[in-house]
Amino acid sequence: MANRLETAQIDIIERLPVPFGLVRFGVAPDHANLKRCVNTFSKTAQLKNVRFMGNITLGKDVTLKQLKEAYHVVLLTYGVDDSRKLDLKGSNLKNIFQAKDFVGWYNGVPWNKDLPVDLSDTTASIFGHGNVAIDIARLLLSPIDKLKSTDITEHSLATFAQSRIKQVHLIGRRGPLQVSFTTKELRELLNLPNCCPIWRPEDMQNVPEIVPKLVKPRKRLTELMVDKFQNRQTPKLDDKQLAMIFHRSPKEFTGSEKVESIKLQINRLEGDDLLDKKAVPTQQDETIATSLVVASIGYKSVQADGDIPFNSQLGVVENQYGKVGKGLYTAGWVAKGASGVLLHTMEHAFGVASVILKDLELEGLGQEKPGFDFVRKVLDERNVQVVTWEDWLKIDEFERNEGKKLNKPREKVVDIEQMLKIAAT
Amino acid sequence: VTNGVPNLNKKEIEVTFVKHDGTRIKTKGKVGESFLDVVVNNDLSLEGYGACEGTLTCSTCHLVFKKEDFEQLPDRPEGEESDMLELARGVTDTSRLGCQVFLTENMDGIVVEVPESSNDARLQ
Ligand SMILES: Cc1cc2nc3c(=O)[nH]c(=O)nc-3n(C[C@H](O)[C@H](O)[C@H](O)COP(=O)(O)OP(=O)(O)OC[C@H]3O[C@@H](n4cnc5c(N)ncnc54)[C@H](O)[C@@H]3O)c2cc1C
Ligand code: FES
Repeated sequence: MANRLETAQIDIIERLPVPFGLVRFGVAPDHANLKRCVNTFSKTAQLKNVRFMGNITLGKDVTLKQLKEAYHVVLLTYGVDDSRKLDLKGSNLKNIFQAKDFVGWYNGVPWNKDLPVDLSDTTASIFGHGNVAIDIARLLLSPIDKLKSTDITEHSLATFAQSRIKQVHLIGRRGPLQVSFTTKELRELLNLPNCCPIWRPEDMQNVPEIVPKLVKPRKRLTELMVDKFQNRQTPKLDDKQLAMIFHRSPKEFTGSEKVESIKLQINRLEGDDLLDKKAVPTQQDETIATSLVVASIGYKSVQADGDIPFNSQLGVVENQYGKVGKGLYTAGWVAKGASGVLLHTMEHAFGVASVILKDLELEGLGQEKPGFDFVRKVLDERNVQVVTWEDWLKIDEFERNEGKKLNKPREKVVDIEQMLKIAAT
Repeated sequence: VTNGVPNLNKKEIEVTFVKHDGTRIKTKGKVGESFLDVVVNNDLSLEGYGACEGTLTCSTCHLVFKKEDFEQLPDRPEGEESDMLELARGVTDTSRLGCQVFLTENMDGIVVEVPESSNDARLQ
């Protein structure tokens, strides 16, 4: 939009003192190459008609109503801030986490830095068959030397370095044909060095026969699983193990203080759509031992401000092709739900931008609006320290310097107070 | 991003990118450069193109070749490129990732399509 509407002033308002959202706080530390996209984002943030304004929370420091008063167009892109939870007997035992918090812990989300993760025992169970679950499994199974040189936070690296996790169960409620991994991520996981994938033959029954009927990308993804299953090996003594487990949902966690085992309910699949069958519980169950549980069963968004039309069931802002109402739009995960890779989010954002541009062309702007001057007044009353792009560059430099000492690309500051202090220097 | 090929004396050829709205961007690139290099070096305005800087992790550099040009390419997409390509929308039989295809002399005058990355109807 900045390129097409050169006379418009575009302000990016961000809750944290640092930019990049899930690219900084979600994307796994060992996926450094994807993180290069921050260079593209930075270029945009430095365009002459774009400003980054960090440390401002919508719904707390400024309301939607105030933003609408200040700007002709307000675009909600505040991502996802909540996740679907396992609410089961024993869920409150120690060492059971939501993926969102676990990811936040190793990626430096300020409010997750003290998560009491314990990797001192041998088995871990991850629920969910999507890419986030794969990220977590991969980090737990990767040789520590692969993590040392990433931007993983030092406090979690110390825990990973002491990890005794030997076996990871990757557990999904449906079958191999219904997983939501992408091929690249699954291939990377199945090819980890010194790690042996374990398959249960009953899960793969009939799957090879179905492959020819599938179309890409499902076809290649399934071929990969079939290939790895058919060429499976017995684990060597020193190997770590990745157990691929299908048709199971958690039913109950047990343990004295820390989780020790999970009762898994065995599911069967129902429905005509091969790729979208429903998991239906049977009367049978199975119990496995585990010392760590991470539930990666989906992120969802929250209603950041009471005036935002929100669909709590889906966890998204109500919208039609990105439009919420006059002058109000939404894009990214908060608009379409928490799925898809960065490419899909970017495509969505470009699509919404074109909707906005079209509307502006048709409807015009109407009266003058005060823009950030108005927001500034609101923030001053609340004593909010605004973090600009130049301020972020100071934090960035600090983090890179700290990283250098440790041979890492950066060591993230995980404390908001400290970020603000650096920004104010 | 460079592919390590020194570009000093390399021959320049003409490359045209056609955007989904029909806009044609005619530019020049040196033999040995990737299509991504051409976009970056000429500062072409293709939004979001090449976000991962050619490291095969983003698929934003998707291009569609003409059939006859595709067949002339020295290689076919495989391995990681195929894994990444399958995420892109509107993938065709002649799709490639622009960061993986390098200019050769016989490509002079080549026209490639930058597929639509967004469309109102596809927003959901
Ligand atoms: C664990 C994980 C790993 C991933 N790994 C990959 C990967 O390897 N490859 C890939 O292609 N994609 C990956 N993705 C997907 C990718 O991160 C998303 O597609 C993309 O980041 C979504 O962008 P967004 O702008 O919608 O949300 P976000 O990136 O979350 O941006 C939202 C921003 O809004 C801010 N915010 C929140 N609430 C407020 C408020 N009230 N006021 C102001 N600001 C607020 C947040 O701090 C955040 O900066 C991953 C996602 C996750 C969760
Ligand atoms: S530039 Fe990212 S895959 Fe080609």
